[in-house]
Amino acid sequence: MSANRVAVIDYGMGNLHSVESALQHAGECEVVVTSDAEQVKSADRVVFPGVGAIGDCMAEIRRLGFDALIRTVIDSGAPLLGICVGMQALMEGSEESGGTQGLGIFEGVVQRFPGGEDELGNPLKIPHMGWNTVSQAQSHPLWAGIADDTRFYFVHSYCVQPSDTAVEQGRTEYGIPFAAAVGRANVFATQFHPEKSHTAGLTLLANFLTWNGQC
Amino acid sequence: MGLAKRIIPCLDVDNGRVVKGVNFVGIRDAGDPVEIARRYNEAGADEITFLDITASHQDRDTTVHTVEQIAREVFIPLTVGGGVRAVEDIRVLLNAGADKVSINTAAIHNPQLVRDASNRFGSQCIVVAIDARAVHAEGESPRWEIFTHGGRKPTGIDAVQWAQKMADYGAGEILLTSMDRDGTKNGFDLPLTRAISDAVPIPVIASGGVGNLDHLAQGVLQGHADAVLAASIFHFAEYTVADAKAYMAECGIEMRL
Repeated sequence: MSANRVAVIDYGMGNLHSVESALQHAGECEVVVTSDAEQVKSADRVVFPGVGAIGDCMAEIRRLGFDALIRTVIDSGAPLLGICVGMQALMEGSEESGGTQGLGIFEGVVQRFPGGEDELGNPLKIPHMGWNTVSQAQSHPLWAGIADDTRFYFVHSYCVQPSDTAVEQGRTEYGIPFAAAVGRANVFATQFHPEKSHTAGLTLLANFLTWNGQC
Repeated sequence: MGLAKRIIPCLDVDNGRVVKGVNFVGIRDAGDPVEIARRYNEAGADEITFLDITASHQDRDTTVHTVEQIAREVFIPLTVGGGVRAVEDIRVLLNAGADKVSINTAAIHNPQLVRDASNRFGSQCIVVAIDARAVHAEGESPRWEIFTHGGRKPTGIDAVQWAQKMADYGAGEILLTSMDRDGTKNGFDLPLTRAISDAVPIPVIASGGVGNLDHLAQGVLQGHADAVLAASIFHFAEYTVADAKAYMAECGIEMRL
């Protein structure tokens, strides 16, 4: 049996070692952090991360031609996991950075949190930073072994609102409800950071490592 | 259900060794930050903060190496601070596996560093650490000033205005330490914590003075902190992270249990 090769797409935005080490910790795999399109295409599965401002991320993705690469991966049927800004980039567009066009894999937009107050009457701080509950909108192989309403680690100021609720895999609330995870066919994406979400996050990554890309 | 308030154990590290002693049952090496970080990760800490108090430049390599080792084994967020002077220092720490980098004195000398760093790496990974002391006379309305050099040197900068400025410059979070309370075990400076937390739109971590579990709870309830940081009560096993979370949850605070 060939090695379970995972490509983590590197487009120069942030540290990817935590994703790499969490994958290695989660299960049997050979991880390559790469900006080489051929290595991405030949991998068994692909992780599409992202941190920082989406405008900068999309600019780099387009400059490197990775918009086409991501579509190629999705069309190939290989399992693809988007994380944080990687998830946001899969949407049609974002309010952030003066309006940014996304890859349009999923219909819907990325909007800024409106703020508001928590249950103690204190203002909701932005970024939404810390551990929040994720209610599983539907059953999915990546939720296997993870209890509904488990907490995952989030850090973001903008949130995903899919227009087609059928792609919503997880929901969270912070002043407003938003999509904590979206997915369709061989694509799954999380707003939270599984690589920073302790046991629950490692379980999700382990599920990704054995996922055949079907729901 | 909603966003949980966070508990953050803090490791003070000098040349690769934890300097405020750690007293866990069964720990092999009480000075090893990697082992201690692993313990806190298992104990349910929501994040870990690692403050490098190393003075000499050559020891920075040890710090980077330690951060790399922790990041390989600890799958919760890791903040690293101490000695960060330039964008390049931040890049090195993020590449070593830090999720957030804390800037303290350098922000005072060069506030633009905060703006440059948040533009380059994103606000989510830039923490501004503020060390403050009360400077009002008795009977006056409360006022706090930023101090450097371990709380010895006043800067003349108002702490609340400074926190607002740092949020404007792109800080993603404030790590607020009361130098009046640090090490006293008398609890957080709650008026200070509330003044800063209510003045900025970004999360605030309360630090300095925790001696018991109620101090942690009051940091959130009265201080309006989004996260609470403590060192010695956890290091000396006076309380576990689980004890702290259970107590805070009983007080009606949303926690990750």
